[in-house]
Amino acid sequence: MQGLAERQRDFALALLDATRATPRGLMGPDGLPSPRRFAVYRNNVVAGLIETLRENYPVVHRIVGDEFFRAMAGRFVIAHPPRSPVMLGYGTSFPDFIGGFEPAGTLPYLADVARIERAWIEAYHAADAEPLSASDFLAIDQGRLAQVRLAIHPTLRVTQSRFPALTIWRMNIAGGEPAAVDLEAGGEDALIIRPSAEVVVHQLPMGAAAFVRAFGAGKPAVAATIAALATTPYFDLRTMLAGLIEAGAFVGWSLERDSGDGAS
Amino acid sequence: MNVPSRAGVGLKPQHYREILETAPDIGFFEVHAENYMGAGGPPHRYLAAVRERYPLSLHGVGLSIGAAKPLDQDHLRRLKDLIARYQPGLFSEHLAWSSHGDAFLNDLLPMPYTVETLQRIVSHIHQVQETLGRQMLLENPSTYVAFAESAYAEPDFIAEVQRRTGCGLLLDVSNVYVASTNQQWDPFAYIDAYPLGAVQEIHLAGFTPETDDEQRPLLIDTHNRPVDPLVWQLYAYVINKLGPTPTLIEWDADLPSWGELLAEAMRAEAHMNSYVPRQEMGLARTG
Repeated sequence: MQGLAERQRDFALALLDATRATPRGLMGPDGLPSPRRFAVYRNNVVAGLIETLRENYPVVHRIVGDEFFRAMAGRFVIAHPPRSPVMLGYGTSFPDFIGGFEPAGTLPYLADVARIERAWIEAYHAADAEPLSASDFLAIDQGRLAQVRLAIHPTLRVTQSRFPALTIWRMNIAGGEPAAVDLEAGGEDALIIRPSAEVVVHQLPMGAAAFVRAFGAGKPAVAATIAALATTPYFDLRTMLAGLIEAGAFVGWSLERDSGDGAS
Repeated sequence: MNVPSRAGVGLKPQHYREILETAPDIGFFEVHAENYMGAGGPPHRYLAAVRERYPLSLHGVGLSIGAAKPLDQDHLRRLKDLIARYQPGLFSEHLAWSSHGDAFLNDLLPMPYTVETLQRIVSHIHQVQETLGRQMLLENPSTYVAFAESAYAEPDFIAEVQRRTGCGLLLDVSNVYVASTNQQWDPFAYIDAYPLGAVQEIHLAGFTPETDDEQRPLLIDTHNRPVDPLVWQLYAYVINKLGPTPTLIEWDADLPSWGELLAEAMRAEAHMNSYVPRQEMGLARTG
């Protein structure tokens, strides 16, 4: 007789691989094997995981349609079953999977749209925090602004795309009106954040993504500005900071102790 | 706040606002613990607001108590934190497993009822109750298959787990009906054999009728429709034996309007309200 560990191993392997036979010793009421009964568990697991992805990626679902989505998500859930019982985080790698999913190759922006949806879910469940207001920044010594380090909001996420992914996302959320989009119109970066109750999605100007990421990596304002200028010469520090403060992007600031040597 | 012997419903995001705006007279709400394990956000804000107004039951679906491997200590800690934060009147988990290796299979999978399983479940429930510092309720499963190696009838197995761990029980009457139909047991005999004295909560839910390879009825525990009339009969039988007991309507898919869900709960409450305690035999005698 099988022990519990072997029993569960065979059961689990057969759940995720429909080409495997029903494990032995699983019976209907007549004591005979019943593939149809085992298939209920298979279906519960696979359909349940696909449904979780459908709920978390409604825009991708709308763009590709139900049949295509279920086929694509079905491949993903078999290859990447959850690693945690907390299903809020399931599907983190789904955008990358979409990017490499050949049948979706005719929709090269799809993975980037999925990244916006992923960022939205993360912002929704991330820790709450009170953003700094513009007046909080008045306390910073203006002569040392270049050295200030800004702590970014825990819900803040940045996505970047070489396609108009944000425009496509907006057209396909609930209430959106899909229309023709010029895929050559240029890339779009987005800031996804939940400063209080609701998740808000902003389009970012050029250079902003690098600017925010530099602060996220703990770098001071001067380094963030240099990072932004490396992507665009039209970067305006004051406008950028004002916009990010307005969006609630920062929750704290600090000045370097060793600000004298300019080593950063 | 203790969960009263009244009807309650599963709390769903689609109903958050209406519940807070209309303040319905309902006994309690229940949530799946795992849906509130995010760091922050609207789910916590709404749950805190509901918790201020109503008793709460916390129902875990991811601890995998029946797995043939050690309990997930991170998950136990998350449960402990959630219990400390929301102070639920009841905490329940399932007689099932849902993880294998490092994969979480996101379903409540069935257990063979053997001595090995018994020892495993008993040791895990001891650990849960020690770590959480409170009694847990164990829920009976809905099942679609039987295991050749099973040596106990399900109610006897549960009675033995209960006796060895001192845990409470969550009697899912729909699961009794679903499993009994699928396994060709007598659901009323199941209730008669079940350790009713340890029951602290009841679940009721809708199922979907299908058939197996031999065209025998196969009920799927889908939680997506009203409670079946035959389950209401079995529930009445249980309440008649047990008296009023906190009873939850589980409706997790194809959600109805808040009004329809509340009406389903009131139906359970009407059953409890019509319960007449059995008179002591001696009192009926005269002379």
